[in-house]
Amino acid sequence: MDGTETQIAAWRAYVAEAPAVDGRDVDELEAHLRDQMAELDAAGLTADEAFLVAVKRMGDLDALSREFAREHSGRLWKQLVLKGDDQPARPSGGWVEALVFALAAAVVIQVVRLLAQFPQEEPGWLARNVGLFVLPFLSGYFARRRQLDPRHWVLTAVPFVVAALVVNLSPFDEDSATEALVVVHLPVALWFAVAYPYMGGTIRSHDRRMDFVRFTGEWFIYYVLIALGGGVLLGLTAAILEPTGAVDVERIFEWVLPSGAAGAVVVAAWLVESKQRVVENMAPVLTMLFTPLFAVMLAGAAVVYALTGLVGAFDRELLGVFDALLVVVLGLVLYGMSARDPSIPPGWMDRIQLIAVVSALVLDVMVLGAMVARIGELGFTPNRTVALGLNLVLLVNLARAAGLSVQFLMGRTAFHRLERWQTAYLPVFALWAATVVAVLPPLFAFS
Amino acid sequence: MRVHIDKDLVAASSTPLVLAILADGESYGYAIVKRVRALSEGELEWTDGMLYPLLHRLHRQGYVTTEWRTPPKGRRRRYYAITDDGRAALADQRRQWAAVARALGDVWPGSGGLLPALGEA
Repeated sequence: MDGTETQIAAWRAYVAEAPAVDGRDVDELEAHLRDQMAELDAAGLTADEAFLVAVKRMGDLDALSREFAREHSGRLWKQLVLKGDDQPARPSGGWVEALVFALAAAVVIQVVRLLAQFPQEEPGWLARNVGLFVLPFLSGYFARRRQLDPRHWVLTAVPFVVAALVVNLSPFDEDSATEALVVVHLPVALWFAVAYPYMGGTIRSHDRRMDFVRFTGEWFIYYVLIALGGGVLLGLTAAILEPTGAVDVERIFEWVLPSGAAGAVVVAAWLVESKQRVVENMAPVLTMLFTPLFAVMLAGAAVVYALTGLVGAFDRELLGVFDALLVVVLGLVLYGMSARDPSIPPGWMDRIQLIAVVSALVLDVMVLGAMVARIGELGFTPNRTVALGLNLVLLVNLARAAGLSVQFLMGRTAFHRLERWQTAYLPVFALWAATVVAVLPPLFAFS
Repeated sequence: MRVHIDKDLVAASSTPLVLAILADGESYGYAIVKRVRALSEGELEWTDGMLYPLLHRLHRQGYVTTEWRTPPKGRRRRYYAITDDGRAALADQRRQWAAVARALGDVWPGSGGLLPALGEA
């Protein structure tokens, strides 16, 4: 009997090693094994025989591990790579291809900078096109890494070509508001275009969309860290070399900064891909820290607004501020969701998040009401239209998310509906960014 | 006699089987596997472990609920119960299988047993 217990413990340890199998799953499988053994025991087999037969009936553990991984792909983001063949093969390493694409981006941006004679002059086309000079390399990196076929490469390139045409053929006025809006929104639209090769061409898969959301969060954090590190490096370089008078520090900045920023886009992506299986995602951890703080702040603000009413100087920036707020709240919702195991029941974190979302919604509705009236007086400008549009897009998302969250907390719906809503809504953001780039300028006569 | 059944067919039939077994009453993993073995008279060779990712998927989709319990004279197990969404999914599966069976029944002569076995959906 002792021997069997040891064997079961060894089997349990082996199963627990599988990346996508967590503690409760191992308990479940062990209970199954023991039930099977009990039955075989009753049928007259010895303990050892029963163990062998039961393990055999459980099936090939590698295949089992792959099935679990397919089902719980979210767990793979923190675990080590699977043995076995058919999961979307993501070979680690591959830093050479990352380096090539990063260098290519760095070189291209330098060439462009020299052509534009930045920073001596600042031609309008430079700011408009900056996303188009950098993001295709990121797309290319993913297309290569996912080993896409030629047809998919072409489809990857299409949004960039279309964007290039639209943005450069549009006759913008000098220093126009619409041009500034395009400068801001084009990289966002192109980021969604990068999603296509990232997801390996399977844009309908909700799981892959969620993976892209996780990637975006981690990429952003890594990029900021690289930028800070780079800033320190450049600052120290300047400080050290300045006294020598031998090297023109300004020139170093001119050369290194744009190239570094462009190359870092690909490098950060490579880092996220490499560490995906080894390091805890940071975005959800930050989310967990900040959600309670935001909940308190927003609930307090909502109470204040409700009590004092919307009096006082109502500047035009207010809607922009609330857009930023809703974006942050959406980020909290998305990244809280990205690391949450869908099978665990509602907890206090979900409740706190709901408080934050509902408070934000209440605040936004109050401001929106007053703002719409104001816009009626002041008229529609491109900036106000975009601010209003973005606000509505975010409002719809968060309102439904809050509704689903309430149902989830009451136990009337599965968590996976909330995820589905968010991933189904992602194309709306892409469409919005594309609309601001393509449809808005003509609407306002490129002013 | 053990007939070899295609892997794809086993996979496709697993969802309706599990949902139908749970529609009869809540159950746990091992009991479900036993029931399937009994129902198919040993012909459906299920790899026991594969049941669990399937159950987890059904749970994630909201077709079953689950909880850990310790029955009076047994070990602690995870019990699964079907939900209303699950019953709807089961009805949908039944329609699909009926459609397939109808087509097959038409094309295979003398297989009049196929449709009555499934029931007109």
